[in-house]
Amino acid sequence: MNEMQFLTWVRGQGLDLAVSIFLLGVLWRLLEIYGLGRKKDLTAPRHTPGASGWHTVFRRSLPAEGMLKKSPVTYIAGYTFHIGLGGVVFLFAPHIKLIQSLTGLHWPGLPSQFVDLIAIVTIAAMVVVLVDRISKPVKRFLSTFEDWFTWLVTFLPLLTGWLAVRHLLLPYTSMLAVHILSVEILLIVLPFTKLFHAFTVFGSRWYNGTVNGHKGVVV
Amino acid sequence: MSASLEKGVRVLKEMIDAPIASYFNSCVHCGLCAEACLFYTETGDPKYTPIHKLEPMRRLYEQEYTLLGRLKKMVGLSKAVTDSELGQWQELVYNSCTLCGRCSAVCPVGNDITYMVRKFREGMSASGHAPVGIKGAVNRTVNIGSPMGVKLPAVKAQMKHVEEDYGIPIPMDQVGAEYMVMLSSMEIINFPEYLAAIAKIMKQAGKTWTLCSTAFEATNAGMQIGNSDLAKVIVTRIVDGAEKLKVKTVISPECGHAYTALRWEGANLIGRPFSFKVQHIIEVLGEFQEKGLLKTEGFETDRLTFHDPCQLARRGGVLQPQRNLMNMVAKNFVEMPDAGYMNWCCGGGGGASAIEEGEELRTEAFKRKKFQLEAVKPDRLVTACANCRIVLEEGLEHYQMDIPVIGLTELIAEHIPDLAKSEGA
Repeated sequence: MNEMQFLTWVRGQGLDLAVSIFLLGVLWRLLEIYGLGRKKDLTAPRHTPGASGWHTVFRRSLPAEGMLKKSPVTYIAGYTFHIGLGGVVFLFAPHIKLIQSLTGLHWPGLPSQFVDLIAIVTIAAMVVVLVDRISKPVKRFLSTFEDWFTWLVTFLPLLTGWLAVRHLLLPYTSMLAVHILSVEILLIVLPFTKLFHAFTVFGSRWYNGTVNGHKGVVV
Repeated sequence: MSASLEKGVRVLKEMIDAPIASYFNSCVHCGLCAEACLFYTETGDPKYTPIHKLEPMRRLYEQEYTLLGRLKKMVGLSKAVTDSELGQWQELVYNSCTLCGRCSAVCPVGNDITYMVRKFREGMSASGHAPVGIKGAVNRTVNIGSPMGVKLPAVKAQMKHVEEDYGIPIPMDQVGAEYMVMLSSMEIINFPEYLAAIAKIMKQAGKTWTLCSTAFEATNAGMQIGNSDLAKVIVTRIVDGAEKLKVKTVISPECGHAYTALRWEGANLIGRPFSFKVQHIIEVLGEFQEKGLLKTEGFETDRLTFHDPCQLARRGGVLQPQRNLMNMVAKNFVEMPDAGYMNWCCGGGGGASAIEEGEELRTEAFKRKKFQLEAVKPDRLVTACANCRIVLEEGLEHYQMDIPVIGLTELIAEHIPDLAKSEGA
């Protein structure tokens, strides 16, 4: 298989396969998790303004009182890498074109120099997050193979995409193919690892907000 | 697999619901919950990271409720939960967790870790891995009627003392009273002022109230140990008493976990909604204050601060009434850093104070409270939980800090004008 054939495969069959596994995986996992249900709360509720599942879904995006100071790297590098990743994935013109070809949906992108800058900052933030995981005793203690592995499968699409745009390391066609392949790996891995928090984070915040909101506690 | 482990695993499997599944899937191992836990902050030992305290439960969840986990189990790639592992986890699930809820308040993905620890304890208890200290408290509550072994004659003796000292009759088993007042054994044995305070406050407010001879103890060690069946037995006693006496409201005493057990678990434990209201005494006092039924005179002039019991504030949603009440009787009321919603636990809630072998760790964790207190240097410390009060007193004594601890209800009662005099006037 030459590089053109490789690119054709990752853009065609490879992508179809990855997207199918991703979609079915997400659906399966959501059913597997939320299908467990929960018991009805029979205690009398107390109503307090601001205490509900929906409030918590949004409110938890901000650090709790005093926590930013306690763990600034986690928050600042965490925000930077999540927002940066979102920016690079959804605001880079070629990505929007791809999404348009798949779904018909489209929106304006950012100038490519700007996306390039976001990519560099995001890559840097991800390296910081990794160093933090290695150096902080609690994070290192909690980390399993999955933590290192998911970091890598998130990092690779970012790095290879940036290298492809910059025409670095490998010929453009090859690097683009490697980039698409790395995204496909990410898509396949996402539903079955901690990366699935991209979906369950909303459910978890909602449950916490609802269960505590029933007691009139603003969480 | 031993029979007890099998039972524990079965109970634990029943505990796992959609919120728990969602929480386990959301955890990204960021470790922020450690920063919220006083057992980690004061020891620096990563094993006290709250989410780690649930590791056996997480594995069981994965092995039983996820496709990938089941596949891994089939081909022998996963490690089964064992008796010795649960034995090791006892320290993490009980001694070093007071169910204070700070971790649940800070988790960025929204995991209610406390909710999970509470459920994990059901499996720990069923498999025989609960600490001896709490087991004893549960047995005494179920068999004798109170965790400290207090029986009705002790309550009656207490009633007699209060009646003699204050000249106010203490009603018992009065059908149709508005309020049924519950006590904690701690109050019966160590803090008799509480009952006297209630009598004065109720008299001034003109409310009818009663004690119940078959249900005077409010604390629920069954909930603390994580045994819903026993917790239900204890709650049922109170429900039966309240329904027999046809009261409108049952008042939970100054005890955080008693409040959670009765107010937020009670109806779920017995499987039907209550026919009466449940309020913590501080909520009742807050209502009396708002309605003008609580009239005090004079002010404390020394420097006072307030320790929020976790179950009343962070886990119970009562944050303002205690502050309004403090300001009603104190001129110099100061707040500790992190007071209110994010207040730090005394270190002995959730049954932890009943665990003898956890004492050293509790003392270490108390450094957090020491730090909070040193920031405001109060003359006295006020709280609204008899268990917090005992744990605070022990900690203060250990660190040789001369700060008396008092209950808010009795502080308020001290400022109620002498009723005999005011009636005579």
